[in-house]
Amino acid sequence: MEHNPPRPAMPVANALRELLWPALRVGSGPGPAPGTSSAVDALRRGHHLRPLEMLPWLVAAAAYFLFPDYLALGAQILLAVLFALSFDLILGYAGIVSLGHAAFFGVGAYAAGLLAANGWSEPLSGLVIAGIAAGLVGLLSGAVILRTRGLTLLMLTLMIAALLQETANKAGAITGGADGLQGMHVAPLLGLFRFDVFGRTAYVYCLAVLFLGWLAARRIVQSPFGRGLIGIRENEDRMRAIGSPVFRRRLVIYGISAALAGIAGGLMAQTTQFVALDALGFERSGVVLIMLILGGVGRLYGAFIGAPLYMILQDGFAQQDPVYWYFWIGLLLVLVVVFARGGVLGLGQRLARRLGWPS
Amino acid sequence: MDAVSIFISIAFHGIAFAMVLYLVSVGLSVTMGLMGFVNLAHGVFAAAGGYLMLTLMNGYGVPFPLALAIACLAVAAGSVVLERLLYRRLYGGNELDQVLLSIGLIFMSVATAKFFWGPLPQPMHPPAYLDGQLDLGFRSFPTYRSFLIVSGAVVVSLLWLGLERTRFGMTLRAAVDNHRMAQSIGIDTKRLFTLTFALGSGLAALGGALGAEILAIDPGYALEQLIYFLIVVAVGGLGSIRGPFFAALLVGTADTAFKYLEPELGAFFIYGMTLALLLWRPQGLFGRA
Repeated sequence: MEHNPPRPAMPVANALRELLWPALRVGSGPGPAPGTSSAVDALRRGHHLRPLEMLPWLVAAAAYFLFPDYLALGAQILLAVLFALSFDLILGYAGIVSLGHAAFFGVGAYAAGLLAANGWSEPLSGLVIAGIAAGLVGLLSGAVILRTRGLTLLMLTLMIAALLQETANKAGAITGGADGLQGMHVAPLLGLFRFDVFGRTAYVYCLAVLFLGWLAARRIVQSPFGRGLIGIRENEDRMRAIGSPVFRRRLVIYGISAALAGIAGGLMAQTTQFVALDALGFERSGVVLIMLILGGVGRLYGAFIGAPLYMILQDGFAQQDPVYWYFWIGLLLVLVVVFARGGVLGLGQRLARRLGWPS
Repeated sequence: MDAVSIFISIAFHGIAFAMVLYLVSVGLSVTMGLMGFVNLAHGVFAAAGGYLMLTLMNGYGVPFPLALAIACLAVAAGSVVLERLLYRRLYGGNELDQVLLSIGLIFMSVATAKFFWGPLPQPMHPPAYLDGQLDLGFRSFPTYRSFLIVSGAVVVSLLWLGLERTRFGMTLRAAVDNHRMAQSIGIDTKRLFTLTFALGSGLAALGGALGAEILAIDPGYALEQLIYFLIVVAVGGLGSIRGPFFAALLVGTADTAFKYLEPELGAFFIYGMTLALLLWRPQGLFGRA
């Protein structure tokens, strides 16, 4: 592993590497001398920020000043990006097709919501607890269901989410059931910034959390652990044959993804101060899938394009056509699958290749 | 009511529900097993069958049997168009694309149904000769549901007989067992896929139309009932014709029993049961590993 020395500046990534040390050794093999292999170069290059990668953040910062009337919607878009990003980790990198990712979003939302409704009004710790709760649910359910594949796995993810939703529905005394969870009190952020009606605090709060989530996700997919996940996605049997702990890696990323989704859910609860049953619903699981597909799967940036695109389209269609807008969403989806696999980013890549630009 | 009556009542309504579930789901099971296509939009065919039949009956006064036949044939024909245009492109592709395509179709169908028929469920009025109660001497049963059970049983028998005894059934079984081998001994699998898809969709339309009294036909049908159809297929085992039947019986009666005996638990039991069954037998009860 001499070509990938631990970097003191990145304690989180180091911890992850230590944790996954055996996986790491398998992930890249003995390998050639440092700097000579293009794969190693590619891995190294991945750690450096490219200028284009700053674009989403510049856009998000500009949007704060350009659209002061839309900041509440903006905050919802940002947390949808985080949710889609968490989904990309399992769908795009580990190849786990789930129809129940809303389970973790909902657990996070209800965790943060219940805390805020029962006197724990400090938002940051509430958000951390939401992430931990969702991550635990992810690890527990993943330990059971990730042993299966294909349709069975699809069904099991669906069942877990359905069970959780039914639980929230039936435990009306605690969760408010079908009426939704109300009466939340969220204290000012850091004791300084009150959550205002214009959504200014909410927007900046969501943006900051998304940035941290993105940093974490980026480190994970660039790490040997992340490369190992891609290997599992591409050829699971081969990864198993070379001794990669397939199940453990899938479980770890499932837990991480669940925690991120829970944080997104917690953000929703805290910024809207309301949690309804649809936080756990099938529709949300389907929509996050659609967002990611529109943007592009397994690219880390698909979420940044797909989620805003979907939310803005939905907002636009819904204003024009409040009852039938999902006809157009459905049509768009069919067209993307038939003509534009890889989503917007995939289209861009093909276009760039045709024009002879390096991707 | 005494325990025996409750038992009979649950069994009766459970079996009627199971027939509907089976008719709709069997096509889905075969599509998944034969073409390897995760068609979440299968419920759209059932809803289309229901809408067509009810519109013909309620709006144009077409008699029930004729309306039913027209609905099934029209949906089967329409599904061939969809298969040729869209589904065929994704055979053998990854399941994610298939899931997305079918979710897109569900969205479009939900909006279309709402556009033409509005948000409310369509009323189902069985014809006079199927309305009311059927007195069997020791007990009386709702006539329409008795008819549902009998006609479901007839269709199931025909289906199984056809699968065992006809040439089409033979080639279908061969293709499910080993698609490539079937192709190399000269079976036209493309044509087989199209025919099977049409048959499955037609059966779904039959199930949706006949079952309109149990599972109300409304715009959300394809999405809301999807989970039941998927449960039946996953529990029954992919590519099986018989598996979904027993799965449908299990799901139909268990769901009816629990909603009757423990209504406050709602759908909890059925989800939990599916979870446990799939963890115990990931291939489903009758699926092959």
